[in-house]
This record gives sequence, structure tokens and C-alpha cells, in this order.
Amino acid sequence: MKASSFGYARPASLAEAFALLARHGEGAKLLAGGQSLIPSLNMRLAAPELLVDLGALGELEGIAPLGQGLRIGARTRHCEIERSALVAERAPLLAQAAPHIAHVAIRNRGTLGGSLALADPAAEWPACCVALGAQIVIASARGERRVAAEQFFKALYATELAADEILVAVEIPPPAPQARSVFLELARRRGDYAMVGLAAQANRTDGQLRDVRLVFLGVGAIPVLARHAMAAIEGKAADAAAIAAAQHELSKDLSPNGDLYTSAEAKLHLARVLTGRALAALAR
Amino acid sequence: MNDRIAPDQLAPAPRAEERKPAPAPVATRGYIGASIPRANAKRLLEGRGCYTDDIQLPRLAHVVFFRSPHAHARIKRLDLQPARAQPGVIAVFDGRAIAEYCTPWVAVLGHLKGIKSPPQHAVAIERVCWQGEAVAAIVAETRAQGEDALAHVEAEWEELPAVTDMEDALSGRYVIHPDLGDNICFKRELVTENFDAAFAQADLVVEETFGFGRHTGVTLEGRSILADYNAAEHSLTVYHATQAPHMMQDIFSRHLDIPEASVRVICKDVGGSYGIKVHVYPDEMATAAISVMLRRPVKFVADRLESFLTDIHAREHKAKIRLACTKDGRILGFDLDDLTAIGPYSVYPRTSGIEGNQVVNLTGGPYRHKAYRAKMHVVFTNKNVTCQYRAVGHPIAVALTEGIVDLAAAKLGIDPAEFRRRNIIPDDAYPYTFPSGIKFEKLSHEQCLDKLLEAMDYRALRAEQARLRATGVYRGIGLAAMIEVTNPSPAFYGVGGARISAQDGATVRLEPTGMVTCLASVTEQGQGTDAIFVQICATAVGVSVDKVRVMTGDTGVTPYGGGTWASRGAGIGGEAVLQAGKALKSNILDVAAAMLGVDKATLDVRDNAIVDGATGEAKLPLAEVGRVGYFRPDTLPMKFQAELSVTRHYTPREYGFTFTNGIQASLVEVDTDTGFVKLLKHWCVEDCGTVINPILVDEQIRGGIVQGLGAAMLEECVYSPEGQLLNGSLADYLVPMSGDVPDIEVAHVCTPTKQSELGAKGVGEAGTAGAPGAVMNAINDALAPLGARVTDQPFTPERILRALGRI
Repeated sequence: MKASSFGYARPASLAEAFALLARHGEGAKLLAGGQSLIPSLNMRLAAPELLVDLGALGELEGIAPLGQGLRIGARTRHCEIERSALVAERAPLLAQAAPHIAHVAIRNRGTLGGSLALADPAAEWPACCVALGAQIVIASARGERRVAAEQFFKALYATELAADEILVAVEIPPPAPQARSVFLELARRRGDYAMVGLAAQANRTDGQLRDVRLVFLGVGAIPVLARHAMAAIEGKAADAAAIAAAQHELSKDLSPNGDLYTSAEAKLHLARVLTGRALAALAR
Repeated sequence: MNDRIAPDQLAPAPRAEERKPAPAPVATRGYIGASIPRANAKRLLEGRGCYTDDIQLPRLAHVVFFRSPHAHARIKRLDLQPARAQPGVIAVFDGRAIAEYCTPWVAVLGHLKGIKSPPQHAVAIERVCWQGEAVAAIVAETRAQGEDALAHVEAEWEELPAVTDMEDALSGRYVIHPDLGDNICFKRELVTENFDAAFAQADLVVEETFGFGRHTGVTLEGRSILADYNAAEHSLTVYHATQAPHMMQDIFSRHLDIPEASVRVICKDVGGSYGIKVHVYPDEMATAAISVMLRRPVKFVADRLESFLTDIHAREHKAKIRLACTKDGRILGFDLDDLTAIGPYSVYPRTSGIEGNQVVNLTGGPYRHKAYRAKMHVVFTNKNVTCQYRAVGHPIAVALTEGIVDLAAAKLGIDPAEFRRRNIIPDDAYPYTFPSGIKFEKLSHEQCLDKLLEAMDYRALRAEQARLRATGVYRGIGLAAMIEVTNPSPAFYGVGGARISAQDGATVRLEPTGMVTCLASVTEQGQGTDAIFVQICATAVGVSVDKVRVMTGDTGVTPYGGGTWASRGAGIGGEAVLQAGKALKSNILDVAAAMLGVDKATLDVRDNAIVDGATGEAKLPLAEVGRVGYFRPDTLPMKFQAELSVTRHYTPREYGFTFTNGIQASLVEVDTDTGFVKLLKHWCVEDCGTVINPILVDEQIRGGIVQGLGAAMLEECVYSPEGQLLNGSLADYLVPMSGDVPDIEVAHVCTPTKQSELGAKGVGEAGTAGAPGAVMNAINDALAPLGARVTDQPFTPERILRALGRI
């Protein structure tokens, strides 16, 4: 398992990085934490001609307030999000999801932007960003643009990013005062990619759930917003009947593929179980 | 950048007086029974291990293999020239070229009557029979260049029907090796005279079919070999991550046509084996052949992806078992029908018939029924080969037996612990001959059961289980009693014609300074063999453990022996060390008696000194015996020759195998909504006779249990119907990680074998043998109130949800 030979560059500025991308086009691959890319190089699943290491770009790092919301740099590592008091306060869903991401050693190196740009359908951050209504900040020599997380993920391992663009940050809107969130995931071993996972967000007012966002991971090519299930619970108290209705509606939202160990049927069943548990938790 | 530490920043090596004193020996048995820290642990932890892949020799070349993408295909065209033209490529070889230097092999044994297998070449010729079989070898200056060149091999295939289902293989609808006539590698039938009568008079006969997935043993260090042929003397030195260096010496010699004495096999540190590294691998044989062909050193290290495709797999059984008993819960007999698939070849030289044979031998193991019938078929399929992996056959036999025992107990409404108590062979019934013909010297099922129930507080757990069940929590308790084959005599392989040594040897030598060197033929795979040999040797000679150095794993240095397999290192190799150490002590006393002019019988060796045996008064430091023995023998009596180096060997003879026994228990909680099982706790009480090092014994048990938990819950090599391995990476083939493992409590009953003075039985496989059955029974106990039952390992959430009717 040796990677095929590749070039390596470590630009000192975004401008330099854009120039490298312009020169090498699809042949260049951005290296952030390397927790998915390096194994795929070694297994020869990827063979870029140039690795552009973003490690020297300090402007891509860090968690900062943005109004009452948050801006998280793309090179911010999972472990920093996991430990951030600001994240726990303003985007608790991320803090809840972080411990489910692989293992400590991987969280110490892997980055938010790397995970989003790779867009693994079973990864935690894409679903969380969709649930939170985050904006993905994308830069290129042409300038900066923002794409809603909901529109960012296009297909299996495919995103809105063009070959000359770099994901630089994620902006998360301020939470409503009554906002509640819960992240649930089923993996056969702690730290594995999820069989099924659910990033759930809602505002609870007067015992009712409003602005409910249920986003599933591991059950489709991209994070799946369960619109029918969300509609079924919207404005309702999460009692047994409402939860059952939402669970029932899930079959309209999800059409999972089975994987090696779990059939499509089982995945849908497990998604229903997680929905029940998440709604009960949001209402609690 | 310079990340090296400057010499002045290094902590100085501890001076002699700062080093920790050696632990004091315990009273009468010396260091036997003491948890002495292993000498090699610190070296390995500090990164100063030296594995085969760490060795760099001048002119070292690296070989990579072009492997079949198909499970069964004819090689229509193979063009290696485009690969030959790539940068750094030294040579390319197909199967025919390799075969000129390496003869094929057929893995059969005389005592497995009727076993058959076709000749197997190091590199495939004309036809491939599993996905991953080596088709060509590319030798390059670096591994990376070799991998680059792989992409330039041009091959055309004619796909042949792939037989991947065991029952399909058995039916013979398509025969993989037409010359053999059918797909049956080996079959065995056995029936006791009283069988029909026992089943006819039974009040209850229960029946169940159980399935077992294919596993592989995931070693930290991949298979590794560096072969260095020296044309000037027609000799071959092989650095090899193997469990059995002398066996490999014989095999390299015979298949490469080099005199045995000119082949030297050296094992550097080995990073785990579990049986994976005791077999002959075609790509390793090819590497040795290529070294001869190119007259230069050649290295091959299997990477993780290759390991999944080519390291031996194991298990994959489907078995129907029946149990007959009386209504008061007395087991009358077992009836077994086992089917197992081994891939396209029986693996050399141990054969792939042993696992099935073990299932037949061991099923029903702990119980005192008299009637037994067994039928077993081993069939060829187009998947990777299977062979002996930790606990060979035992996890199958134990799960079958314990699963059907629990079912019978449940049908009769008898508590499973009580049902076992009524049926286990009593501790005073030995020696005992089991219906399958195997003989037990002395086992302790009753004591183990008592100790286990006490350790787990069985009654309290049952009460808690009932209490929680009322609140919708589904906990289960599972028991699995077991027997384990250890310390095999030549009955295992030698009688069948295999050139595999069942005896082992040790040479123990006093050094001039009073140190003791022990050269042993049993090998170190990370299990701690070196550590226990230090303890045994120090005890036998009368020195402290810090005075003893152990060397293993070099056919040019150690006595001849079998190495590491079948839980034999402590029981067989340890006895050889004990006897050699005792003989050395006697010889030391001869020298000391001559030096002191006293009767030898008045002297003893204690704490690194010659002492007066009666008073303990120090007479001479051992170093003085060494000095005189080696440098001033002229001062000794004229006809006296000091012999300060002694070799002894040991072979178990009285019994074919030294059986051990034990019992495990598992406590689980099943989430009946998700099908997830939480392993809450695990217990094991076992009897390995003399415990030499309690920590090492306990960790062998724990490590073995963890592999058994993997089997029960996670591990399975999944193949498509076309014979493609679907989960050949550690992302998809799941092994237990520390967070998935419950606390494991280990306790012992100690019944030393009387066959040896040391009294040690094996311990390496007991954990793996019993754990899957215990977990299965625990899960089924939890599911029982819901009328659900699982029988196919691993117990995935999918399978549990299906059993519960949730999907």
C-alpha cells in the first residue's frame, strides 16, 4: 500500500493556493487533515498529480463569533469543535455530534472543511450543517460566495465546489432562545461510520416543537432532510401519536440502500427508532 | 528541520546500581507462579523492536504480486513486458518461471483418511481459483515502484463458474478440480454402538442448525519474509515472521532443493500470529524462489489489503446438531452433521481438514453422555483458503454443544447452570475416554462451574435480570463450558506424515560471569514465551530472573522444535527448559564440588551462588564457577571436564493431547428496538494446570476472549456470490476495539498435568474457544421472553431485528 508518486505544495496564502489550482485543475487535490485523503492515496483509490497542503493557511483556522452566530474556519479540527465553549453555547448540535466522529487520534487531525468537502454520506458534519441551516463559504480567485448547506451537497462525494475553489469557512446562524438539538447515531463500533444517524434541531415553545429539522446520515447519497416527517411533527407536542405519525412519514423521505451488514429495510426501521428517540429528547 | 535529539539531551543509560533490583523469587517454587514483567515489553514499547520489515540488506529487492481479480478463471493471456519496462523494475515472473525453482505441494495427511487436494503452485499457472491468488511477481528496487508497475500488467481472463456456497459445493453441480472427481476435500463419519438406542429411548430430542461466518486473524504485523540466497554456498537465509521456523526450514529445503543444513530461518520480532503465520503461503514461497533466481535478497510484506485476500481464513461452518436427553435432564447423546468450506486448496502442510476434524472430536466435550454420531464434510470453494486459526474448531464445537444444551434445558424448564451440573463429567471420573475416542487425563468441570457461579454471583444476576425485564430491559446470561486441546503429541501431525515437530528443545548455558543463556525452539509471537522461559530457567538453575537471557526463533542457533501452535509453548517448550535448567544446575554443582572438594550432595545453587544445601551458607558466587569452568579448567581434577551447556528435549507421550477445561459466562443487554447488543460483562474460569505467570495467563485468556467476542458480534469475511471479498479492509471487516470490550474477570482452577514435571497445560486458545458460545447463549437468553432466537454468527443488529420480527 504505497501511494503513487505525486507533487506536493504548501502555499503560504490563499492567492498562492488559487494559482496552484488554476495551473493543475482537476489534477490537484487539497490536503487538510488528511484523514480520508491519505488512506485513499495509499490504497491508490486516488492518484492526484499534486497535493496542495492547506496547512500553512492560518486564516482558515479558528472558531469566532459572527454576530450572535458562529464562523468556523475550514481547517478547524474536529477536536477543537468538540472542546469549544462557544460551539457548545451557540451550536450545541456540533458539540453533540463531535464525539461520534471516528476516534480521538482522527479528531485531532481531521478538519471540518475536509469532512464537508469530501461529503461522505455517513459523515456527521454534513448532516449537522444542513440541520443548522449553515452557510458554506467558498473562495476562489474569482471571489467569495456562500452556499446554503442544503444546496452544497449534490451527490455521492460530490459538492458545489468547483475545481478552482476552496472551502474556507462555515457560518452558523444564531440559535433561537428555545432551540434544542440532539444528535443520535448507530454504529456497530463506537467511532465507525454510522449505519444510520440523525441530526435533529427544533425550537420548543409551549410544549410544542417548531422549525423542526431532521437530517439523516448514512441513508442516502447526501444528508437527507426528512421533510415529510418534519411536517408531521411541526407545531405538535411530541406525544406518542405525533411521533408515530412522523415515523410513519419517514418512508416518503428515505429510500436507503442496504450496505454490507444492514438491509434497506433495517435502515429504515432504525431511522424510525432514532426519530422516535430524537423527538422525545427534543420535547423533553 | 532536525527532529533528532542531540546526544547531550539524551538521558544517560542507568548505571548498574540505579537499575531496579530483580524481583525476589517466591518461596519454594521459585518464580513459577509469579507475575514477573516480561523482559521484551519495554524494548517493544520503546520502538526498539526489530521486525522482518525493519531489516535492510545491501541489494535488497522488493517483490509485489499481481493477483487474480476473479474467483475462478483461466488465464488467457498474461503480458508482463509492459510492467518489466517500468522504472525500477528488476524482473517479472509468471507461474511457470517460478515453478522451475519451486516445486508444487499437496496438502494431505495420512491420518486424515481420504483427504485430497490438488497440487498447488507458488504462483498460479493457467488457472486461478480464488480472488487474490498470485498470478505474477514483479521485483523492483522499491515496493512503491513494484506497485506502480502492477498497473501495467496486461491480463485477459476466461471466467469459469465460481463455487462459493458450501451446499452447492457439496452437491458437486460444478467440480472445481475435475481430476479429484468431486468438491469434497475430506469427510469423516463416526457413530458409537449405542447411538440408535440412546436416541430411541430419549424423552426429548432437540435439534438446531447453527451458522458460523468466515473469519481471519488480524495480526498487527503483516506476513513478512526476507529471503537471502547466497549462490557461493548454495545457502538460503530467510528472515521470516513465522511461528514454526524449523518446519519452514524443512519446506524451503525440499521445495527449493537446497540442503536442509544450508537453510537458516530466523524470526525477528513477530507482531502477532494467532495461527495465521504457521502455514505455507504461496507468495512467501515465491519470494524465496525469486531470491534464488535473482541471487539477491528479496523482501515481501503483505499489506493489509493483500492480507484480507490471502492470509488464511477460518471457520465458515454450517452444522445441524441434535441432543437426546431424559426428562430429568440427563444427556444421552449428541448427533452432529457439520459442513465446512476451505477454499480451493487444502493448506500446506497442516491441511485444512483439521478444523472440521476438531469439531467432530470436541462436540459434546464437557458432558458424560455415551452416545455420539458425527458426520462432517470439508468442501472446496472458490474463496480464499482456510486453515488453522486460534482455537481451531473449538469455537464451533463449543457453540454447537452449548447452544443445543441451553435449548434442551429451556425445553425441560431446567436452569442452564443446573442442567450443566447434572451432565458435566465429574471431577473424580478421570482418566476418562470420550465417545469421540479422545482421552482426558484429569479435568475439573465441577470445580470450574462452582467457581464461575460464585464469581459472577449467578443467583443475584438472575434476580436482577428478572427485575429489569419487568421494566422492559432485556438482559441475558449465557454459559459455555468447554474443553481445549493443548500440548499435542505427534498424534496431531507427525503420525500423518507431516514433518512437523511435536517435541521441543532447550539449551541452557552458564556464561563466565554467572549469567544464563537459554536457547529454545518454541518461538515468541508477542505472547510472552520468552518471559516464562526466563522464569522457568531461573527457577531451575537457581538464579535470579535478571541473570537469564532467552533466545528463540533461529534454526541456526536453537535446538530443533515445533515452535508456536496448539497452545504448546509453555507445556512442551517450558518442560524442555525446566529439564535443561535442572541438568545445568547439576553440572554446575559438579564443578563447584570439584572446586570446593566437597560432596556435591551437600551443595545447592540459590540466588546466583553456590550455597551449602543444609545451612544456606554462601560458598561461591556463580561467576566463580564460570571463571574456573571456562578460563582455569586446569585447576580442576585431571579427568574432570566441566559441562556448562546442556540441552534437553520433551515430547508428551502418554496422551495424544493434554486437554484443559473451563467455563465462560457472558452478560448482555439487547436493545430490542435497534437489535444492538451491549456486552456488559464476561467471566472465565479455566484450568491450565500450573500457572507460570498469572498476568500472562490472564491476558492470554482475555485476548482470546476478545477474538471470540469478535467472532460472535462483528467478524465475517463477506463474499459475493461471484466470489468477490466485499469487506477486505479494516474499515469494513470489523474487529473489536477496546471500547467494545466488556470487563473480563478471569479465575483459575489448577490441575497440573502429571505427564510433565512442570505440570503446565496450554492456555492460548481457551478464551477464543468459549466466548462465542457464551455470548450466543446470553443473547438468546435475553430474547427468550420475546420468542426470538439467533443461531448465525456474527449476531448483527440485522439478524437480531429479523429474529425479533421487527423487520
